[in-house]
Amino acid sequence: MSAPLLEIRNVSKRFVRRLDLAGKIASRLGAGVSEETVHAVDNVSFSIAKGEVVGLVGESGCGKSTLGRVVAGIHKPTEGQVFFEGQDVAALTGARKREATLAIQMIFQDPFASLNPRMRVEDIIGEAPVYHGLTTRAGAASYVDEIMTKVGLDPSLKKRYPHQFSGGQRQRIGIARALAVKPKFLVCDEAIAALDVSIQAQVINLFMDLREEFDLTYLFISHDLSVVEHIADRVVIMYLGRVVESAGTENVFERPVHPYTSALLAEAPRLDQRKRAFVPIKGEIPSPLEPPHGCHFHPRCPHAVPECSADPPALETVRTDHVAACHLRGRFV
Amino acid sequence: MSKTLEVSGLKTHFFMRAGVAKAVDGVDFSIGPGEVMGLVGESGSGKSITGFSIIGLIDPPGRIVEGSIRFKGAEIANAPEETLRTLRGNRIAMIFQDPMMTLNPVLRVDTQMIEALQAHKKIGRHDAWTKARDTLGLVGIPAPDERMRAYPHQLSGGMRQRVAIATAFLNEPDLIIADEPTTALDVTIQGQIIHEAQELCRRSGASLIWITHDLAVVAGIADHISVMYAGRIVEQGDIDDVIDRPAHPYTVGLLGSVPTANNRGQKLYQIRGMAPNILALPTGCAFKERCPRRSPDCETSPEATTRGEKIYRCHHPHLEAVEA
Amino acid sequence: MSDATAEAAPPEATIQPVDAETPFQRFVSEFLDSKVATAAFLFLLAIIALAIFAPWITPQNPYDLAQVDVLDGRLAPGSEAFAGYTMWLGSDGAGRDLYSAILYGLRISLSVGVTSGLIALVIGMAVGLLAAYTGGRTENVIMRIVDLQLSFPAALVALMLIAILGKGVDKIILALVVAQWAYYARTVRASALVERHKEYVEAAACLGISHARIVFRHIMPNCLAPLIVVGTVQTASAISLEATLSFLGVGMPQTSPSLGVLIANGFEYMLSGRYWISVFPGVALLVTVVSINLVGDHLRDVLNPRLNTGGGK
Repeated sequence: MSAPLLEIRNVSKRFVRRLDLAGKIASRLGAGVSEETVHAVDNVSFSIAKGEVVGLVGESGCGKSTLGRVVAGIHKPTEGQVFFEGQDVAALTGARKREATLAIQMIFQDPFASLNPRMRVEDIIGEAPVYHGLTTRAGAASYVDEIMTKVGLDPSLKKRYPHQFSGGQRQRIGIARALAVKPKFLVCDEAIAALDVSIQAQVINLFMDLREEFDLTYLFISHDLSVVEHIADRVVIMYLGRVVESAGTENVFERPVHPYTSALLAEAPRLDQRKRAFVPIKGEIPSPLEPPHGCHFHPRCPHAVPECSADPPALETVRTDHVAACHLRGRFV
Repeated sequence: MSKTLEVSGLKTHFFMRAGVAKAVDGVDFSIGPGEVMGLVGESGSGKSITGFSIIGLIDPPGRIVEGSIRFKGAEIANAPEETLRTLRGNRIAMIFQDPMMTLNPVLRVDTQMIEALQAHKKIGRHDAWTKARDTLGLVGIPAPDERMRAYPHQLSGGMRQRVAIATAFLNEPDLIIADEPTTALDVTIQGQIIHEAQELCRRSGASLIWITHDLAVVAGIADHISVMYAGRIVEQGDIDDVIDRPAHPYTVGLLGSVPTANNRGQKLYQIRGMAPNILALPTGCAFKERCPRRSPDCETSPEATTRGEKIYRCHHPHLEAVEA
Repeated sequence: MSDATAEAAPPEATIQPVDAETPFQRFVSEFLDSKVATAAFLFLLAIIALAIFAPWITPQNPYDLAQVDVLDGRLAPGSEAFAGYTMWLGSDGAGRDLYSAILYGLRISLSVGVTSGLIALVIGMAVGLLAAYTGGRTENVIMRIVDLQLSFPAALVALMLIAILGKGVDKIILALVVAQWAYYARTVRASALVERHKEYVEAAACLGISHARIVFRHIMPNCLAPLIVVGTVQTASAISLEATLSFLGVGMPQTSPSLGVLIANGFEYMLSGRYWISVFPGVALLVTVVSINLVGDHLRDVLNPRLNTGGGK
């Protein structure tokens, strides 16, 4: 494998809700108000090779969207670095910084909130390329037409506003907006979760076409295992801010090592499982404000041993291209 | 076996400034005691409006213009508000995608549940409290005594939905309509809730209509399935029959576009185009614009055809599998 | 299950949005749904037209001494003036035709109200956007100043300022701006905070677009709807506030008499039974302020909850 296109090294992101004046006074008076720190992403490292599609899977609160936003440059990591084409993104300045910013684009979940309702489609797509001089103001019209055609939108609709489109079409507008700055890397944050089933298939196919045509690399964030299984080459599974397992797609789906991965696989609804009478995994996802000690998953884990509540397990290699963070290392299987 | 609910020829239209939206346009189905029916469709298919019509929650500009809804033999379509009020939350309960539709944010869980019991039954406060607590236990809420004293905002999304489900089951209803109850929840929580809803129905003999866009969820819970498209049921039947041997091209497309039905890394089977605007439905079959089997016949609206257990509305069904 | 909350369920939730109307068309048709608000709006347009065209439709320029005859003073409504026309609303102590004086007064009241409103809007919007976008300490400082300002009654703030600055049209406008900007700042900050965290703003940041452009091209246009509502209501209150100041004798000078000045001038005649000198300007003020408020209230209903969801949610 060549040098990775994107590498994140020991990235952590913490959100602190600081106390305002009233809060400070209340806390002095013993009101039990204190600063709250959410460890949204906790010491995560992985790398993505050029042309690869990496699926990032997890449930709410696992930090997958935050991590996606760190990669896309919307959030700055509290600790750790993001390397793009071998360079630390935070250390770049001037034209190189802009180049890296434009090279990594993001596709968002909500096809309503992700488009500015007061802008016409041509401006939504054409704003950034004109702003950065990728096309001239005069050439913008044909530039926008070309990109709209690429994502399957009729260019004659470019004078319309976002509310005049359906959910699937809006998502295509969002994709066109990202493609307009010629990115190399796309972060797709639950990009199909809000769409109807028949439209999901269309958008997934579009992503696969674009990958080939523009030589794109994806970080595909989703809670939907079946979609990730279909589209990803490699899968990273997160739970409460930490990576619990990371491997090639086949290894994850055929030979999962972490009990959480197994639970996710068992509980994802599947067409071929009718009226199933399984015993689901117990418990709630704990609040990221107070994650459990040791392995974050141990209170829900059917195989937990005393060690699990004491120390957090480190990611260890199970087999080639397969790492997992579990004290049991798959011995329960 | 007498049916819990029989819906026939139901039409619910919305009379709006821009025209008449035929949200539900001729829906027939029935459901027996203890049965679970999955009502599946995409947004705008009319699946939720069907649910709202049954429970009598259609507000102007919408109204039920035609058809009958018989609940345990009695007609309840366009029934007077008092009749519906004694049924609602008592004999027929509804569970919403957002549990805060049924939970009052400023009242404690116990207050709300006791109120729901006492609204329909003469029952002492103490007995009501005990019953509410026990029902919370049934839906898998740990430490129900403690949760009874909580306010909804102190609970997680999954817990709130459980409280809403427990409230729905409190009066041991005959029919429960669940509208996308697990869509907003995480996979592991969804698994738990489906499991508990199934258990409760089995135990109480209640009929359950599970409205969702997710075929895989329906496959996991339902006995029967009805697939809706543009205000009509295009295919219905036994769950195995419909999912393994779909007849309508829309059902075929929906099932085919599920990623697990496709080879990894290959392009997915896709239904082209998008759902028609219900304000301006095409004449004839509403699916014809997107249908790979379209022919001139499709200019006329297909009638419901019964073949064995299965009913479909299509001029060119996939019957190879059925006949084989 | 509580029936009351269950009934609040929106059954149209899954109906697809109608694509035919633009937001503006929908806004217009929804606005016209209220007969009261439409009537108030037409009335307001008429008032504004009367004020604008006052010099051409009044029989007299009440501040051109050549056209005013002292002998016409304190005539009852309907009397005939020395110059031959009928004074339908009577005349004041100096012999000015009240109908003419009211229209000229409206001109001054409206222009002072609108000018101060616009200036306050621009200042408040800039401050509110700055607070919402920068966050942190800057936001804290700005919003505490806004809170401080809002905890004083507007009239008190204006009175204090005039006591310091002295009289004059520019001073009045300045006082009104100072009394009002905080309302705009608070409104804009609230909606900008919501917009700032929407995904389209994140997308703009991803696309390497400058902060200034994000604020003015992306966030600001989406904060305008609530601002229009506050703007209408605040303009009405600016007009009332100016009238209050003028009535107290610290507002507009006698050389540019607003409605407030007219009311004050007539006040000394109230006890002698010449009610019209004060009452008619008062009625004009009341009608203007009420119709602006009716329009504003209905704008709030139409604009606030749903404008940018496309009607589908």
